[in-house]
Amino acid sequence: MHHKIEVRNLEYTYPDGRKALHGVSFSIAPGEKVALVGPNGAGKSTLMLHLNGILEGKGSIHVAGLELSDKNMGQVRAAVGLVFQNPDDQLFSPTVFDDVAFGPLHMGLDEATVRRRVQDALAAVGMGEYIERNSHHLSIGEKKRIAIATVLSMQPEILVLDEPTAGLDPRARRQLINLLHELDMTMLVSTHDMPMVPELFERTLIMEGGKVVAAGCTCELLADQALLQQHGLEL
Amino acid sequence: MHIHFTDQYHEGESLIHRLDPRVKVILTVTFILTVSLTPFGAFGSYVMLFALLMATAVSAHMAPTYLLKRSIIALPFALAAITLPFTVPGDTLATVPIFGGITISQAGTIRFVSILIKSWLSVQMAIILVTVTPFPAVLWALRALRLPSPLIAIVSLMYRYLFVLYEEATRLLRARAARSATVDGVRSGGSIVWRGQVAGRMAGSLMLRSFERSERIYNAMLARGYKGQLRTVAHSHLQTIDFLVGTVTVLILLTILLFARIW
Amino acid sequence: MNWYPFLTGLSAPQQLHIPDGFLSAPVAIIGWVLAVLTIAYALRQTREQLGERQIPLLGVLAAFIFAAQAINFPVAGGTSGHLLGGALAAIVLGPWAAVLVMTAVIALQGLLFQDGGLLVMGWNIINMGILTAFTGYLIYLAIKRIGGSEQRSILIGGAIGAWLSVEVGASATAIQLALSGTTPLNIGLPAMFGVHALIGIGEALITVGALALILRSRPDLLRQGEQAGGTASAAWVAGGLLISLIVAIFSFAASGSPDGLERVAEDHGFIGSALDPVYHILPDYTIPFIPNETVSGIVAVVLGTLVVFGVAMMIGRMIKTERAESHS
Repeated sequence: MHHKIEVRNLEYTYPDGRKALHGVSFSIAPGEKVALVGPNGAGKSTLMLHLNGILEGKGSIHVAGLELSDKNMGQVRAAVGLVFQNPDDQLFSPTVFDDVAFGPLHMGLDEATVRRRVQDALAAVGMGEYIERNSHHLSIGEKKRIAIATVLSMQPEILVLDEPTAGLDPRARRQLINLLHELDMTMLVSTHDMPMVPELFERTLIMEGGKVVAAGCTCELLADQALLQQHGLEL
Repeated sequence: MHIHFTDQYHEGESLIHRLDPRVKVILTVTFILTVSLTPFGAFGSYVMLFALLMATAVSAHMAPTYLLKRSIIALPFALAAITLPFTVPGDTLATVPIFGGITISQAGTIRFVSILIKSWLSVQMAIILVTVTPFPAVLWALRALRLPSPLIAIVSLMYRYLFVLYEEATRLLRARAARSATVDGVRSGGSIVWRGQVAGRMAGSLMLRSFERSERIYNAMLARGYKGQLRTVAHSHLQTIDFLVGTVTVLILLTILLFARIW
Repeated sequence: MNWYPFLTGLSAPQQLHIPDGFLSAPVAIIGWVLAVLTIAYALRQTREQLGERQIPLLGVLAAFIFAAQAINFPVAGGTSGHLLGGALAAIVLGPWAAVLVMTAVIALQGLLFQDGGLLVMGWNIINMGILTAFTGYLIYLAIKRIGGSEQRSILIGGAIGAWLSVEVGASATAIQLALSGTTPLNIGLPAMFGVHALIGIGEALITVGALALILRSRPDLLRQGEQAGGTASAAWVAGGLLISLIVAIFSFAASGSPDGLERVAEDHGFIGSALDPVYHILPDYTIPFIPNETVSGIVAVVLGTLVVFGVAMMIGRMIKTERAESHS
């Protein structure tokens, strides 16, 4: 069984010359749920944008058995579902149905399959009745869940989420955590929400300054006060 | 179209940097006007103008390779003039043996080359202007030179939010890319019309959010006593060196122009 | 000569931002004069309509148009469709606000990124900011008036308005290039028209997609945009001026054109002969006592335009009075 995500020595420099990633390496086994934590500017979002080929750096990336290259980008994006932090940037269609259907439609699936996938994806996030609604007027919690559905409808093997609980009130946050708990998928989730980490993720990666500075079992890492303090983390 | 969001302005302490922005704007426009009025084929004058350009760049401590790289932006438009060697009548320069023999005229070629050179000279001076003058100073200069202040205020606000909105558009494009997947054996991408519609909806949703953002900005302005006009303080005051450089440059340009017209 | 189609296809730039050097100084200056007049009027109109909101609204929306020009979609073989935005801005904001928004975008692109020249910016503003806005707006209004206020006529109006706006902007660019002796009219005009007929489809699709979404979420915005056109008579007048200017310049370019253009046009015969009757009013399209042919040609064009403009204004007034009477 191969690792679902395998990143080796990933380096990335922005067009303006800033180096964002200084040789990142890690791997994620199938079915694992891993948290990615670290201060702002550590490179967490930049790293995530490499996992489905939106950014291209030096080094090697394997996801779901595919080595990322220009030729298999379409399949990579089918395998890796990336959900961004700001749902407004991901819900760009008139109705919820249209947004969740975008992925399957782009894949060229037939109408019946598209409809089924939309319904399944919305059910999985608990937003089934919102199917005809206009996402513009929904609350941020609802939008975040629909944003996850827009990716689930492609039936990816891996889910990559950038700060899913940011900006949510306690109730919406609880709903989202429960949702992530129920989703039986390989997951990499970046977050500042430290209390969520031991609840959901058995492994944790700590990033700072464009490098993975610690990786291991969540309970061990979070018990190491000195380590947390060194990288600006608090429970 | 290249968008370099790294600031166009390169900080420096040269004489050129320290000139009043109004003078720099006026000299840039005068230079481009001079280039425009220089007749076709006045290659001697083109060389002199180029020398003036390089002198400006050197005194501003600019690397010539930088100018070269940035000036490529006007190149694709050269296609518009590419018919000139074939269509302007005059002494034949050469004949191309295709399509039954096409003549290339001397006059047409001179005109074509002249247009390219003039365009290249003009764009380089425009590049120098924004490299040695911070954009807010350029805007202030335009306002001080009597361009309507509401228009300048609009451009200023636009400049402030340019990057913010451009980033939003980039995130929309990334979100779309993240959901643009393919499956083996099935044609992907949807129809052109569908893709166009999706792009349109992205633009539409960004537009709505822009309206809402402008409301929030308006409220913030009101909270600081805004009554419809944006006021600024003077960016700089004219000094002797400004008059000196201004007059000398204009005289040089005039001389080059007269030289071209008389010769 | 059968190599013309080859040259035609080759010589159409896909972007309408004219760099410095491609238009002659007199042509460029005329462009600035026209642009300044229109912008001044637009500033006054929007000040009346928007009041204090003028600056924050138009500033942010100018940033929006700039950003939205980056939103594209793949068409075929590496090319993509994209948005210029003049028609969309005019339909949603009204034509005068759109003129200011597009002016800001074009000014910044020219000044900061050298996308488009400084001396030629007057025409760039007219082509991409004023002609597109008014063409899009007027077509949209016309189709809405014919088809009623439902979604379908809004979208169709938007689509045709957007497509036509690109064509008008591109054709105007070709005419300015011809007047300056850069591209012969009978190569440049069909080339620009043809290439931008395709590009215009991208503009139409994106504009319609945006309108559809706005219609769904904030239909009130579209209603505001229509009212912002004023009683539309001002728009008719401005539109009339610009269209008549184009027609006048076109006829000038076809006959009294500098250097080899005339010969080329004669070679091909079709332009000269078709428009012969028009020229007899002003012989050879020049004014006898002004020596330089180009200058007098341009003066003749301006005079002719003012005449047509005067006629258009009278028609506009008549429409206004007619409508006022029918409401009373």
